[in-house]
Amino acid sequence: MRYVDEAVVEKRMKSRVRNNSILKFIFLLSTLFGLIVLAVLLVRVFSQGIAWLDWDFITGRLSTDPARAGIMGAILGTSWLMLVVIPVTLFIGVGTAIYLELYAKPGRFQNFIATNISNLAGVPSIVYGLLGLTIFVRALDFGNVVLAGGLTLSLLVLPIVIVAAQESIRAVPNFLSEASYGMGATKWQTVKKIILPAALPGILTGSILALSRAIGETAPLTVIGIPALLIPFPGGLFDTFTALPMQIYYWTLDASLVAEYAYLAAATIIVLLVLLFLLNSVAIFIRNKFQQRY
Amino acid sequence: MSQKITVKLNDQVVKKTGRQEKKRAVFETNQLNLWYSDTHALKDINLSIKEKEVTAVIGPSGCGKSTYIKTLNRMVELVPGVRTTGEIKYKNRNILDRNFRVEDLRTQVGMVFQKPNPFPKSIYENIAYGPKIHGIKNKKILDEIVEKSLRGAYIWDEVKDRLNENAYGLSGGQQQRLCIARCLAVEPDVILMDEPTSALDPKSTLRIEELVQELREDYSIVIVTHNMQQAARISDKTAFFLNGEVIEFDETDKIFTNPKDSRTEDYISGRFG
Amino acid sequence: MAGNSDTNKNAVNVREMIAEKKKKKSLSNYTEKFIPTFLLLIASISLLTTVGIIITLFTEAIEFFKRVPVWEFFTGTVLKPMSQNPEFGVLPLINGTLISTFIAMLVAGPIGIMSAIYLSEYASDRVRRVLKPLLEILAGIPTIVYGFFAFTFVTPLIRSIFPEVGATNILSPGLVMGVMIIPMIASLSEDAMSSVPNSMREGAFALGATKLETTFKVVIPAALSGIISSFVLGISRAIGETMIVTIASGSSKNFTFDITQSMQTMTAYIVEVSSGDAPAGSTIYYSLYAVAATLFIFTLLMNILARYLSRKFREEY
Repeated sequence: MRYVDEAVVEKRMKSRVRNNSILKFIFLLSTLFGLIVLAVLLVRVFSQGIAWLDWDFITGRLSTDPARAGIMGAILGTSWLMLVVIPVTLFIGVGTAIYLELYAKPGRFQNFIATNISNLAGVPSIVYGLLGLTIFVRALDFGNVVLAGGLTLSLLVLPIVIVAAQESIRAVPNFLSEASYGMGATKWQTVKKIILPAALPGILTGSILALSRAIGETAPLTVIGIPALLIPFPGGLFDTFTALPMQIYYWTLDASLVAEYAYLAAATIIVLLVLLFLLNSVAIFIRNKFQQRY
Repeated sequence: MSQKITVKLNDQVVKKTGRQEKKRAVFETNQLNLWYSDTHALKDINLSIKEKEVTAVIGPSGCGKSTYIKTLNRMVELVPGVRTTGEIKYKNRNILDRNFRVEDLRTQVGMVFQKPNPFPKSIYENIAYGPKIHGIKNKKILDEIVEKSLRGAYIWDEVKDRLNENAYGLSGGQQQRLCIARCLAVEPDVILMDEPTSALDPKSTLRIEELVQELREDYSIVIVTHNMQQAARISDKTAFFLNGEVIEFDETDKIFTNPKDSRTEDYISGRFG
Repeated sequence: MAGNSDTNKNAVNVREMIAEKKKKKSLSNYTEKFIPTFLLLIASISLLTTVGIIITLFTEAIEFFKRVPVWEFFTGTVLKPMSQNPEFGVLPLINGTLISTFIAMLVAGPIGIMSAIYLSEYASDRVRRVLKPLLEILAGIPTIVYGFFAFTFVTPLIRSIFPEVGATNILSPGLVMGVMIIPMIASLSEDAMSSVPNSMREGAFALGATKLETTFKVVIPAALSGIISSFVLGISRAIGETMIVTIASGSSKNFTFDITQSMQTMTAYIVEVSSGDAPAGSTIYYSLYAVAATLFIFTLLMNILARYLSRKFREEY
């Protein structure tokens, strides 16, 4: 007697294969679902905002009158924030990564810092906002100025920069540092002249991605207390400011009062997305152009 | 196999015996022991390496030959958990002494690695790296050093028109000669070579071997190789390592024609390894 | 320059020059010793950040609990911070947070994992190379943009079908938050599935199993802890998400399970109170920190759990 009845197997096989094809199609649809929403979102934002996006809008000052409102102040505010975030995160992020990868002795302390960094990466951005409010705005008494906002955002994206820098440093092949030590170079000379230059493209790519995360952040800035309607342009680290996402936030909130504000918000979103797109293009360009093959 | 070697050797014997003279030792290794964590990798090594000679270190893989020459410039310390006992005297100072600055040692004892490892910089910058880290910044002097070193490694003619191009554009054999030139740039006393031709094709291998022959005039060379013919062709002395011990150390000709230890003979005649 | 006399002669004596320079190198010796300490100081900034967060949140939260009993805070179903007789029950906020997270995970969980299955098991290399970066774009859109989208597009869309839904409600931001989290779950689960060794798949294929059967009976069980870890991270992300719910769910502190109504999450409460002029030192000001500390503990636990799961997964392979 045979245990396997070929006729039954044959019959079942048909439905098994059919199930496979049906679900494959469903899986594909799921993957496309996110992209379809993305497309709808982009079409919606552009169709609402593009008509309001002109030179006067970009260079103009804020105003309660939708027809006259411009976002130069927010653009300058975001730029000032970047000017704080870039050097602060690069300096602390790369320094920390060098320490963890090249100087710290493997063991408890190194693990402790690594665990701590991954925990920090999971802390909600709003909590960083409270930290910034308590430390930078109040305890150090900066007030709700560029420096306080920039430092808060720096702490927020620091884990991203540290991890990216660690990975780039780890990717530098050992034989390069061996060659350098073999010439009688000291550790710091080797780090400075061989390891860091070789890791630089990766570090920059990671930092730019972190930067684009920072300039899209809204929650920490709302906590720090950015004024809703700020007419003067920020001109330094200790000036009050507004930023692109904050402007989107306020205009969206008030869209129920003045319908045109929704279009202003959409136009501002376009500016923010274009900025993010440019930053990411630069990151991809750096990654492709300067990647050394050994 | 072994017959072939002997035939080849006969030419060499004549060449080498012509210039026997009293030579000073550059490295005196006394009772050297080394552990990687719990593995006893080098056992009671005693070797005397003479100046302006080519000393070959041969043996099957895992016998400690690479570990030994990496101890000579203390590169072995880059592996965590390494311990040593005994001493290695370089110019009468024990280099295993904690107070001996490894940077000084490695400046005087250069190294060429198994796989060509130029820096991802221009050819010029590769050569100038050593002098620069040691504080030589004058552009004219650097130019001179670069040319001299590249000439010394017989690669000048091939690269003189593209000194500013990335070193990774060179072929494997050229890269290795560039690494030798980089090593020459700081004018070391000793050059350690860790299987420098194992990643290269036969033609490039031959060029490196010729280069080694030239360099022996000015430098003491210690070369690790898994290729016995290579050891026979280019070295004056040969040390045979097995399981972390020196089984035999003698004139290359003697090792290859008339080894004292049966294990050496077995290895040379290809019975294991 | 020390070497100048040498250049006059033909040969440059590098050895001598190096020896000469070495004598003057005490300064760089100093740097070499100082650098590790300096780097350690920089590295401890990340520790300081953690310490800063904990001290900030908990000292102020303790101040709050001196005025409002812990018990009352965690069991109170009424939150009326602005009223004459304020009540500080956090349950409405926790409820709002959990409901929005639940809705988000209903979207992101199934769609994320099905995308992961498609990318890891079905898609060709070429298709994957196109789809993955596109999904990453979705992850790179700032949350404020999602908030705008939820408020000005998704809510009106839902209301055109179900008119009883409020202009601010928890459903719409929950759904949009789900879309935002899809890429995260998809990419982390895909990583887990692709690292299941091929030999396991081949074993199933050789028995005549279809791709579908192989995926569900071999790949997913093998990658389970990695997949669950991605879910937990998704939940943590949803709990901490702020702008979408702040904009689209309004600020009613309802304690309800009706998803068509406006509810407030912990994050949205923090935004509302801190952007209003809560005078420092008032109970409402301190409540900010009590809520934030609760939020912090929620997400911290989730992250620790996720890390534990993914480490367990990595140990298996």
